[in-house]
Amino acid sequence: MLWGSNARETHPIFFHHLLKGLRNGAELYVIDPRRTSSAQWATLWLGLDVGSDISLANAVAREIIAAGLHDEKFIRHATSGFDAYKAHVEKYTLERAERETGVPAAAIRKMAHAYAKAPRAQLCWTLGITEHHNAVDNVVALINLTILTGHVGRYGSGVNPLRGQNNVQGGGDMGAIPDRFPGFQHVENDEIRAKYEKAWGVKIQPKRGWHLSDMFEAMEHGALTTLYVLGENPADSEADRHRTLKRLTGLEFMVVQDLFYTKTAELADVVLPAAAGAFENEGTVTSSERRVQRVRRTVASPDGVRDDLDIIFDLACRLGHNWGAPDPETIWNEVRSLSPMHGGMSYRRLEELGGIQWPCYDESHPGEMFLHGRFWSDPLIGPRAPFSVVEFEPPVDQLDEQYPIRLTTGRKLDDYNTGVQTEKFASPLRREVALEVSPEDGLHYALLEGERVRVTSRRGSVVAPVKFDAALRPGLAFLSVHAHDQVSTNDLTIDAVDPRSGTSEFKATAIRIEKLQPV
Amino acid sequence: MSEIVITNPANFDAPRPTIPLPRGPIPAAPPKIARRSIDIKIDGQAISVPEGSTILDAAKELGIETPTLCYLESLTPVNVCRVCVVELEGSRTLVPACSRKVEPNMSIKTDSERVRLSRRIVLEFLASSVDLSTAPNMREYMDRYDAHPERFGETRATVAQPIKIDNDLYVRDYSKCVLCYKCVEACGVDAQNTFAIAVAGRGFSARIATEFDVPLPDSACVYCGNCIGVCPTGALMFKSEYDMRQAGTWDEARQTQTDTICPYCGVGCDLTVHQQDGKIVRVTSPLDHSVTHGNLCIKGRFGWQYVQIQPADPPEE
Repeated sequence: MLWGSNARETHPIFFHHLLKGLRNGAELYVIDPRRTSSAQWATLWLGLDVGSDISLANAVAREIIAAGLHDEKFIRHATSGFDAYKAHVEKYTLERAERETGVPAAAIRKMAHAYAKAPRAQLCWTLGITEHHNAVDNVVALINLTILTGHVGRYGSGVNPLRGQNNVQGGGDMGAIPDRFPGFQHVENDEIRAKYEKAWGVKIQPKRGWHLSDMFEAMEHGALTTLYVLGENPADSEADRHRTLKRLTGLEFMVVQDLFYTKTAELADVVLPAAAGAFENEGTVTSSERRVQRVRRTVASPDGVRDDLDIIFDLACRLGHNWGAPDPETIWNEVRSLSPMHGGMSYRRLEELGGIQWPCYDESHPGEMFLHGRFWSDPLIGPRAPFSVVEFEPPVDQLDEQYPIRLTTGRKLDDYNTGVQTEKFASPLRREVALEVSPEDGLHYALLEGERVRVTSRRGSVVAPVKFDAALRPGLAFLSVHAHDQVSTNDLTIDAVDPRSGTSEFKATAIRIEKLQPV
Repeated sequence: MSEIVITNPANFDAPRPTIPLPRGPIPAAPPKIARRSIDIKIDGQAISVPEGSTILDAAKELGIETPTLCYLESLTPVNVCRVCVVELEGSRTLVPACSRKVEPNMSIKTDSERVRLSRRIVLEFLASSVDLSTAPNMREYMDRYDAHPERFGETRATVAQPIKIDNDLYVRDYSKCVLCYKCVEACGVDAQNTFAIAVAGRGFSARIATEFDVPLPDSACVYCGNCIGVCPTGALMFKSEYDMRQAGTWDEARQTQTDTICPYCGVGCDLTVHQQDGKIVRVTSPLDHSVTHGNLCIKGRFGWQYVQIQPADPPEE
């Protein structure tokens, strides 16, 4: 199941593996508001309304339970909270879900049965699930399905959030989240904190920090006045751009460390030119399958441009901490000494094995191709997997007569995020950024392909050419996020933030479309 | 460093974020079904290989070098070039080593007079009609089999035709195409499943073409470059390489290769970066890499150009 993912375009080489499975007889269910190029390969496409995922997931669960297809033995052995969950999803009948999601009841039923009956099943998702105000609820609604059917912790079965950036997994693994040290060790655990304090010779504050959206909130209230931005372009990438720019320009001091003079760098007090990580630095990144892999210097950096490590070490020195000469392998070995799940990943082994999937506790450990195998151990090892009771909540930016069209956003095959890297190569696929609408809406608003229209949300307004896309259902429009100098998509989007993940609801904006010239 | 131990872990109804999870069993893939061994003889030497192996696999095991053109380990054999043919005892015709599976008690000759003649003729036909100037293996094969394509004379038919340059990433020079079908396979079911190209025409007029022979930008092509990755003759070439060859600056002796990981999505594709004089000139991926099998997408294959951008003058205050 690909839920809220257009992997054909956003993870093309992963999709090659998926296609091999299809050629070998596997079934593919794609749950996406758009009939994407991934959906075109599907056994069944479930074109749900944006943000109705929980209603769909709960109805799938109800159907599985009603048909007796849940894995009772696994549920008893390894989960908790099933009775409350069962009572909760009872309300999500196929008819209700059809009403709330727009997906025909028969299609929901077919997917539910196929998923529950499959000997092995993977549930993959991407930002279609997580770029919502209730992102974590969406995720646990899907996790519920995997523990309901026992499709977790077994070869060929599992949950698989496809990571969208080459080291977004590694960033989290290395502690670039507000409450964790490397290896997901919690900062609010005294023993773990003591371990790091001893190794680093400093006192570490016992409370978690802020995630990105917390920081932007704090800028609003003047609680955050200095910002150091490394390799991020929030001036273009944050939702509700007008508000973002106001917050960034209100800072007392901002440093931007980047390859290019981005929109964010233009606002900075100091810009530190950085080397291109994947091509000019030594180190490691961690892929979507938790595989730690080596990146290597392939060419020298241009003059005046420095490795991120050099910059950070130099900065530390100026702040009174001499860390010595920066050496990626020495730093990595420190990570290994403090993060148990990286313990066995020496540079030598990473080289020999072509990367290792964490956890890898010691040098005799092969790494682990999937997680959660402990749920199948008898007796059970560790805590149970809890069912979560989550309720369907529509997107924050609601449709009404003034804003009747649902705008969703996403990536194109040949571009990447705010386009800072990809705009530098001449892609023959690249077209002018356009507001993609269904042919039916084109007819309704009497639009011509290529005609420039005004697109307005409750936060902002942009002008964009129109492109028809039969993959969109009436009432649904799409904009890519790659070229804010052409169409500033994030002028429209809403920064309704999921309180737990800190992710904004990029996927659901209410807009209206107006012709620039009257007919 | 001691580990944090969980006391009575099964008492938890849910994981607690501040407490590390205990280790579970190390996951394993289901055991592979054991393949029985097949005994065969190649050039008089006995060898035992797993069922399902090809004659080519067995020959490789014995250190016997077999010329191939249309074969690639990551693609399904299409048996079109016939340069790998061997003599199989009891078989009326020569058989292609790259796709013929071993059978018990096969007796095979890889260097008999008949095999050498067939390979020589195949190479001569190809070399007489196709420009093989950028096919590195061909010269060596032709020497080995004493092939003399010039014997067909100056008036021989060739596939010479104008080069196709219709976009900034690929160059297609079908004067160099031996119709090995590898590009079609890579664009089709073996990897990319885009089906932008196929074989059009019959006989000597057969050629690789997009639908209705439209330029690439009007075709279904998604510019993954996986066809270039498998092309054995340089008929398909990165524009970056083509431009350097035209300028006379392409020099593989001055190039080095370093593997790194693609900077874009989270799949973790291995990029082999070819650099010359401090500049990236081409990006490929290893055929035996478990993630890519040699394949990349447009961003991995071509998205490196940002690395070559030189810093502009600092912005004015």
